[in-house]
Amino acid sequence: MNPSKTDAWEEFTEGIWRQNPVFVMVLGMCPMLAVTVSAVNALSMGLATMVVLVCSAGLVSLMRKLVPKEVRIATYIVIIATFVTVVDYLIQAISLALYDALGAFIQLIVVNCIILGRAEAHASKNPPLPAMTNALGMSVGFFLGLFALGAVREILGAGKLFGVALFGANFQPWVIMVLPPGGFFVLGAWLLLFSWIARRKLHKQPGKQSGKPAEATQNA
Amino acid sequence: MHDSAFQIFVNTLLANNFVLAMFLGLCPFLGVSGKLDTAFPMGLATTFVMLVASLCAYGLNLLLGYFHLEFLRLISYIVIIASAVQLVEMVLKKYSPKLFRALGIYLPLITTNCAVLGVALFQTAREYDFIQSLAFSIGGGLGFTLALVLMASVRERLQLSNVPDLARGTALSLMLAGILSLSFMGFAGLGG
Repeated sequence: MNPSKTDAWEEFTEGIWRQNPVFVMVLGMCPMLAVTVSAVNALSMGLATMVVLVCSAGLVSLMRKLVPKEVRIATYIVIIATFVTVVDYLIQAISLALYDALGAFIQLIVVNCIILGRAEAHASKNPPLPAMTNALGMSVGFFLGLFALGAVREILGAGKLFGVALFGANFQPWVIMVLPPGGFFVLGAWLLLFSWIARRKLHKQPGKQSGKPAEATQNA
Repeated sequence: MHDSAFQIFVNTLLANNFVLAMFLGLCPFLGVSGKLDTAFPMGLATTFVMLVASLCAYGLNLLLGYFHLEFLRLISYIVIIASAVQLVEMVLKKYSPKLFRALGIYLPLITTNCAVLGVALFQTAREYDFIQSLAFSIGGGLGFTLALVLMASVRERLQLSNVPDLARGTALSLMLAGILSLSFMGFAGLGG
């Protein structure tokens, strides 16, 4: 009981911290930067991605022995596209305003590297339960990353969080932060912060070698 | 939508540049922009795939609309794009094996380039007609190439300069992209 529990926990937390898709692996940036103009958008995008990621990881893992190696990528893409279509229609049914705000970016979840990367690197090699746990951890990591980005951009760019004004009336919004360049700047700043923290940790325990995160970025 | 084709072309090329203003195709943008030699062909290959994808998507959309199968749109778009990429891959492998190796993993990854699917989805959402779609995809592709080439040139220069160790890598590229994006905002309003 105990070892399997820690395994599952390990599987889960991996995506949140050590292999955080946003800050460490820098995957799935397109939806990340495009929709994070406000915290609400960022959260709903995170939620939508989470549903797709967990469902597709489960299905890919279930089918891992059926799918021939040559057509695996195509199969994964079709599986992912199916779930995205489902989510797309769901959001449209639940909140039309949100659907309009996110626009084509819901459908663009299909080409989010995180999802295909997880399907290829993890779900296709593991049984459904660990695969889904891992996917859940990853999507929580993605969720947090989106929120970190969206919240900072909304606070700086509009002086609000979740639409509630935080500062006095004479706060001058830093409009550039909700415009495209701001997305790049804020994400760059977060990455700087993370590599700084990682470096400080490394200094504290010099024996421990941490893998180079930048290399892992490109292979999904 | 009654924009002329030329307006759409200029608009997607500069003011609404796919990479710098709409955040589409960021993975290859950061991944392949290390060297100018690979950035330019990569941009052209993507442009070609975009063009093919856009044309096929246009036809397919008519077909799906005729049979009332709109919910299959996303899945069929992605299959079309994957086939187009396969085509480019085979052509490149035959005629320029060197380039084929240089592009490496990023070539098949054009399939998951948001910019390509983005072209297909946005042209559907905006209900562009045939000529408009054509202008949209070429403008988008060339805009992508432009951003890639600009970024690659800057990064080549940057290798010679003294950068703090901490910022090296993705963080620096993102800051650069931010500055590029800032300068592209100067084109706002161009092409309506």
